[in-house]
Amino acid sequence: MENLIALLVAAPLLGAAVLLCGGRRLDAVGHLIGTALAAASFVIGVVLFADMVGKDAEHREMGQHLFSWIPVEGFQADVAFQLDQLSMTFVLLITGVGSLIHVYSIGYMEHDERRRRFFGYLNLFLAAMLLLVLADNYLLLYVGWEGVGLASYLLIGFWQHKPSAATAAKKAFLVNRVGDVGLSIAIMLMFTTFGTFAFGPVLEATGETGEGKLTAIALMLLLAACGKSAQVPLQSWLGDAMEGPTPVSALIHAATMVTAGVYLIVRSADIFNGSPDAQLVTTVVGAVTLLFGAIVGCAKDDIKKALAGSTMSQIGYMVLAAGLGPIGYVFAIMHLVTHGFFKAGLFLGAGSVMHGMNDEVDMRKYGGLRKYMPVTFVTFGLGYLAIIGFPGLSGFFSKDKIIEAAFAKGGTEGWILGSVALLGAAITAYYMTRVMLMTFFGEERWRSRPTASPAEPSVEPAAEHHGEHAEPHPHESPRVMTIPMIVLAVGSVFGGAYFSLGDRFIHWLEPVTEHAHGHPPISALTVTAATVAVMVIGVGLAWLQYGRGPVPVAAPRGSLLTRAARRDLLQDDFNHVVLVRGGEHLTRSLVYVDHTLVDGVVNGTAATMGGLSGRLRRVQNGYARSYAVSMFGGAAILIAVTLLMRAV
Amino acid sequence: MNPVNYLYLASLLFTIGATGVLIRRNAIVVFMCVELMLNACNLALVAFSRMHGNLDGQIIAFFTMVVAAAEVVVGLAIIVSLFRSRHSASVDDASLMKL
Repeated sequence: MENLIALLVAAPLLGAAVLLCGGRRLDAVGHLIGTALAAASFVIGVVLFADMVGKDAEHREMGQHLFSWIPVEGFQADVAFQLDQLSMTFVLLITGVGSLIHVYSIGYMEHDERRRRFFGYLNLFLAAMLLLVLADNYLLLYVGWEGVGLASYLLIGFWQHKPSAATAAKKAFLVNRVGDVGLSIAIMLMFTTFGTFAFGPVLEATGETGEGKLTAIALMLLLAACGKSAQVPLQSWLGDAMEGPTPVSALIHAATMVTAGVYLIVRSADIFNGSPDAQLVTTVVGAVTLLFGAIVGCAKDDIKKALAGSTMSQIGYMVLAAGLGPIGYVFAIMHLVTHGFFKAGLFLGAGSVMHGMNDEVDMRKYGGLRKYMPVTFVTFGLGYLAIIGFPGLSGFFSKDKIIEAAFAKGGTEGWILGSVALLGAAITAYYMTRVMLMTFFGEERWRSRPTASPAEPSVEPAAEHHGEHAEPHPHESPRVMTIPMIVLAVGSVFGGAYFSLGDRFIHWLEPVTEHAHGHPPISALTVTAATVAVMVIGVGLAWLQYGRGPVPVAAPRGSLLTRAARRDLLQDDFNHVVLVRGGEHLTRSLVYVDHTLVDGVVNGTAATMGGLSGRLRRVQNGYARSYAVSMFGGAAILIAVTLLMRAV
Repeated sequence: MNPVNYLYLASLLFTIGATGVLIRRNAIVVFMCVELMLNACNLALVAFSRMHGNLDGQIIAFFTMVVAAAEVVVGLAIIVSLFRSRHSASVDDASLMKL
């Protein structure tokens, strides 16, 4: 059974190799090969899962040693896999949601002539992410980590003929590099501290290690997590990553990429447990990002960017939970899984809307689409209810637990973190309701004529509107796209309840991450009631603003905060002023020092010597008599000195 | 007569010769002044020889005369060929080696 683990990674990797090297001959069947291999990986995952469930909780961990990668004395790097409950959860999420997105992409990318290549990249993405979660040491994890970065670069910049897409891909790649430096430093620190970087020995040895070293390693790991998971301060790439095709956004936000940071923190739980300082920083990063993403999500008119803000915010919840220690790890992963379902569903829904609306992304030019896209409306609506934490749906269970755990942190910290998480829940409800109302309800703002009476449902606009101002013809997407959305919607409805009832998820993950029950200062029921209450307030506010009256097609100027949030809370301006300008100033001053100081010393020495010899040269004037004078003078001085010496 | 007077005479002659070498331009006159300095030295040597009562100084004076004769031969030949090529016996004109 252990030998199947490598196949999990091998299947999509094979797909990537075949599709990317196969050439045009495979154009006709490329998407089928890619989807089949992703699905094969999922089937293998399910088989392994069934096998794992059949064993005792203590004996569920499996491993497979493939080969020694770099066997040097004292430095043993192996290509070996480790499959425990945590990896299993990720494997199922990645391959399951990933396969659904593959199926959806068949329809979404149907008219793209580079579809084969697209599927090759998708398979590469899955393979890299699977390698990341299956590795049994940090070095192999790093390989997967970089692979994910590469695949995301290729996919975000898939439409590279658009300069904005090419720039966004570069931006994502560069920002991720900053985080990757953190991970590589962490691995080096581990090697110098523990002499190894395999998970088992490193995590076991944390008990006898000084807190300072653990804090350093944990903070470097957190930096890496910030890069991949788009947490403040390395969050700026996520919004621009929306330049990629929509299935890519779904894949990045739900199954791969952004979840990697949370995985890294939870996998390194023992390191973080040993360093309360690093945990505090982690919770702060999570809390700040949670609000940051939510505020950005409120102001965006681009449906995908609003969802991107939401992802940032939800990952903030997970990082916050992971920073809480053993009371939060399980809930971080649980929210990650439920989020995987509903966020993939929401993105696929957004893609379906764009598909029917001539790739329009501005929500102000949507409206009233529920009549034209019933399946999209229902699946998107269920995802929406799940993300705002509507009681009974999956987001409710997982988010509520995180808020509870945040309060249970105890002390002032607990109150602050809990309140921030509650506030985030309210804002989440607000901006998601806004997206929902602007897209599916209200007037049909996409009609080019002054709004037709809303009382003409399902009358397809006649073909006479073709031409310059061709107004979109909203229509439901083909079944190959709607079926994955339906499956994900089912997951977003029932996932949370399934995991929560009887604490199934806690028992499942407990052997790996440990779990401690927190003791919140207020009862769990109060927290739940508060969560529901703030959600209702958020929904109500959004309805007052966007549901009651018509939504203007042109965005109003908005308050200072709105305008800042439209510019992603000035993240790019901040980066530009602090990092770009700062970097420029630094290099300029270094160049100045180089020119004045270093060159000054060298050139000054040369100039002094040159000047001196220029003066000395004057003595050689060619007149024999002046030579004679110096000779006489010299002789006179010599004699005088001699006499003087004798006198003394 | 006090032999020190010879030394005074020698230093006077030497000074005249040196001054001539430094201020005169004509190569022949400079040359003659060099001879004057050499002979002042000879006079000083002979005077010291007399004062110290041994003959070493007088022997060195003979050597000096021989060397001076050889020097005159070479020097005059140079001056003559210089005059032939440049139609001038001024030492300042022979300054081709300056920059």
